[in-house]
Amino acid sequence: MAKIGLKALRHSYLPNPTAEADWALRQIDLDWSDGGAYALLGPSGCGKTTLLNIISGLLTPTEGTVLFDGRDVTALPPDQRNIAQVFQFPVIYDTMTVYNNLAFPLRNRGIGEARVDTRVREIAEMLELTDMLGQRASGLSPDGKQKISMGRGLVREDVNVIMFDEPLTVIDPHLKWKLRSKLKELQQKVRVTMIYVTHDQTEALTFADQVVVMQDGVVVQIGSPVELFERPAHTFVGHFIGSPGMNVLPCEVRDGGAFFQGVHVPIDEGIGGIEGSRRLEIGVRPEFVRFADAGIPVEVFKVSDAGRHRIIETRANAARIHLLAPIGGPVPEGTAYLAFDPARTRLYADGWLAGANSGGNTGSNSGGGA
Amino acid sequence: MATKTDNQKAWFFVLPVVVLVAFNALIPLMTVVNYSVQETFGNNLFFWEGVGWFEQVLHSERFHAALGRQLMFTGIILAIEIPLGVAIALTMPRQGPWVPVCLVLMALPLLIPWNVVGSMWNIFALPEIGLLGRAINAMGIDYNFTQQPLAAWFTVILMDVWHWTSLVVLLAYAGLISIPDAYYQAAKIDGAKAWAVFRHIQLPKMKRVLTIAILLRFIDSFMIYTEPAVLTGGGPGNSTTFLSIDLVKIALGQFDLGPAAAMSLIYFVITLLVSWVFYTLMTRDDAK
Amino acid sequence: MKRLIPLVPALYILFLMLPIYWLLNMSFKTTNEILGSFSLWPNEFTLENYRTIFTDPTWYMGYVNSLTYVSINTAITLVVALPAAYAFSRYRFLGDKHLFFWLLTNRMAPPAIFALPFFQLYSAVGLFDTPLAVALAHVLFNIPLTVWILEGFMSGIPKELDETAYVDGYSFPRFFFRIFLPTIKAGIGVSAFFCFMFSWVELLLAKTLTAVEAKPIAAIMTKTASSAGYELGLLAAAGVLTIIPGAFVIYFVRNYIAKGFALGRV
Repeated sequence: MAKIGLKALRHSYLPNPTAEADWALRQIDLDWSDGGAYALLGPSGCGKTTLLNIISGLLTPTEGTVLFDGRDVTALPPDQRNIAQVFQFPVIYDTMTVYNNLAFPLRNRGIGEARVDTRVREIAEMLELTDMLGQRASGLSPDGKQKISMGRGLVREDVNVIMFDEPLTVIDPHLKWKLRSKLKELQQKVRVTMIYVTHDQTEALTFADQVVVMQDGVVVQIGSPVELFERPAHTFVGHFIGSPGMNVLPCEVRDGGAFFQGVHVPIDEGIGGIEGSRRLEIGVRPEFVRFADAGIPVEVFKVSDAGRHRIIETRANAARIHLLAPIGGPVPEGTAYLAFDPARTRLYADGWLAGANSGGNTGSNSGGGA
Repeated sequence: MATKTDNQKAWFFVLPVVVLVAFNALIPLMTVVNYSVQETFGNNLFFWEGVGWFEQVLHSERFHAALGRQLMFTGIILAIEIPLGVAIALTMPRQGPWVPVCLVLMALPLLIPWNVVGSMWNIFALPEIGLLGRAINAMGIDYNFTQQPLAAWFTVILMDVWHWTSLVVLLAYAGLISIPDAYYQAAKIDGAKAWAVFRHIQLPKMKRVLTIAILLRFIDSFMIYTEPAVLTGGGPGNSTTFLSIDLVKIALGQFDLGPAAAMSLIYFVITLLVSWVFYTLMTRDDAK
Repeated sequence: MKRLIPLVPALYILFLMLPIYWLLNMSFKTTNEILGSFSLWPNEFTLENYRTIFTDPTWYMGYVNSLTYVSINTAITLVVALPAAYAFSRYRFLGDKHLFFWLLTNRMAPPAIFALPFFQLYSAVGLFDTPLAVALAHVLFNIPLTVWILEGFMSGIPKELDETAYVDGYSFPRFFFRIFLPTIKAGIGVSAFFCFMFSWVELLLAKTLTAVEAKPIAAIMTKTASSAGYELGLLAAAGVLTIIPGAFVIYFVRNYIAKGFALGRV
């Protein structure tokens, strides 16, 4: 187990980067503590795979250092960092049996056969692969093969961190949750630090204790799934997480209050921390918007049935506001009024949560304990 | 993979191919079969010989000698070219500006007319005026492929290695670059050494292309005619007279139709058998 | 040790270039100089050999003849192989697997056994000593490989493409030429390359089926080699010139070479 620290990390795939856009990772300062379950969440191209490969050692960062337990490992190759990585599509040694696949990393390190056997059987048991140990690995289904990949990572006892790069991509949808729960179960049992990279919020939110949200090469927020949902530090996080995402509405602040299209929107937290910012927005999740007798005037535009609830799209001039309503309840037609829950309404300055800091990013948080 | 639909009208699509190939293959084949079971004394008079010619050929020492030489040649060729081709493919860069340069230069010998290959090596290996011939003799070895059977074999084999190894290299290379990076990354993380990577990742993934390479090299070396014919003429004596060369001597040189035809058929059957074995191996792996 | 690795392909390429260089060397020398002395480069550089080839019709017509039948062969092969490959790729029909194997077996047949029968066959149909004869004869060996390569490429194109085109109202010919063929143009390029490769280099059949009119350059060279007055310089120059079309063709398909050698099936 190890504490992993990333200091002043910047990476570019180009030999001579000049503009900001040339950098895949723009400034990462991050600490991961021991034994935690982390998710790296973000849209395609945000830099999460790059970050993963830098931690595992498959990539050397253009700038910055990687520390394992305080030791600088930036120049060390992967096999000397005691890490394991599971890739998007199952990587197994076709010609070997399941047993030999799992034994491979141990044998390469010269571990005695007796110990190898114990370990392999232990892990096979955990992954429910015991019956297939004698089979040729190439004959298994994709989820079986992915389990072997995971197994090869778990079988080594000196592993500092196991990294998963979108491991459920090729798995059948109805098997995904099974594998995911198995993974969570394993994490809690074995207590190895695990970093799970994905663009799927469900995977991230259900697996991780702490989620690291990235966009465009920077870390936008770190927090537990609840924190991310309730207090998104950035409009991007609010928008990305939740389905549908948070409503982001342009507003102005005057006379000590926030106003949207002339209507006062009460915010419990107040409106501090917005000095020097140019763009002010209100963020509120559809879960916390309801119809009221007075408030923001809107046109009810569309009602969609989403199974467990209904999503109602309303329009206030050019802006759209979504809210949720239970199935079967009454939905007003034509014009109506909306009210936002003041405890759950946030003010955003230039995209960042007002008062969080003065316009900088929240990338220098440490990911708290599991 | 596209799923196929049943459609007997598809025969129209393949008809032109069937016609052309049948014209070129069936009719001559029928002629050959015809000759192989008959005896002629000229004037278009034919007498039934039955399996006489086949027996004669199969028992003839000349045929055995040619077949023996051919098998040894093909065996040596495969033993050199396949491992060599794979080894070279392993050392080639997988990306970058040098790749097309390498590929173009390596493919060059494959497109030279076979008689030019023979002539080129002739000029190259002659003891007096050839660079190779001179060099070997200068090292103190008495080398003259026009007179020494061993030297002739050496030269013919070297020429074939020069000519065809690139085919193996290109095929093996195509197989290698299809392996996704993740495999190499996983092997790195698993602590695998270079030999383990070759044995467990590269070799299995190259199985298909290697089978094709072995099949093609077997067939083509078994049929070889032009290059050794131009280089040594089958000599000195008949030390480098391989099957095709012998067959052409009998057929076009002596016009011994019967034996030539019988020999042709035997020749064809041998090639067919070995190829069928390989083909089955290959398609069986595909279906898996 | 790792530094030495790029050395391997470099050494191999050096090995490949040596005989070619020697041929070039010879082509710029007079036969007298070749037989008389030994040097790594011409002492008396001469273009006489090349001049002979470019001005003597018996020589340059050889190239023209060869290029003619190679082009005809490639054209015929592609025209018939494309529909056949399409059928193999998209349809199941009676005897399709056996037909495919039978086609492949022709590639496995030693040309030597066809030498005499072809001679008789093409004389009988009056095509002896024409480029068409050689082109047709080579078709026997090129069609199987071309059908195999094209089928591999075509199987990689999902059937949905065909179906979408029909739904959009395309007739089959229009679909085939305007939509399907462009998607497999890499496969067509590779097939044309292999057709050229086999047809340009083959000697036995080309020599057997021609006499005077359609004599390919390969036959002219072998005739020169065996006749009296072993004109080495001339032979070398002729050889060098035969390498050039090959170099051109490889250069054109250089980006497809790797994919092509995977025969589209990897």
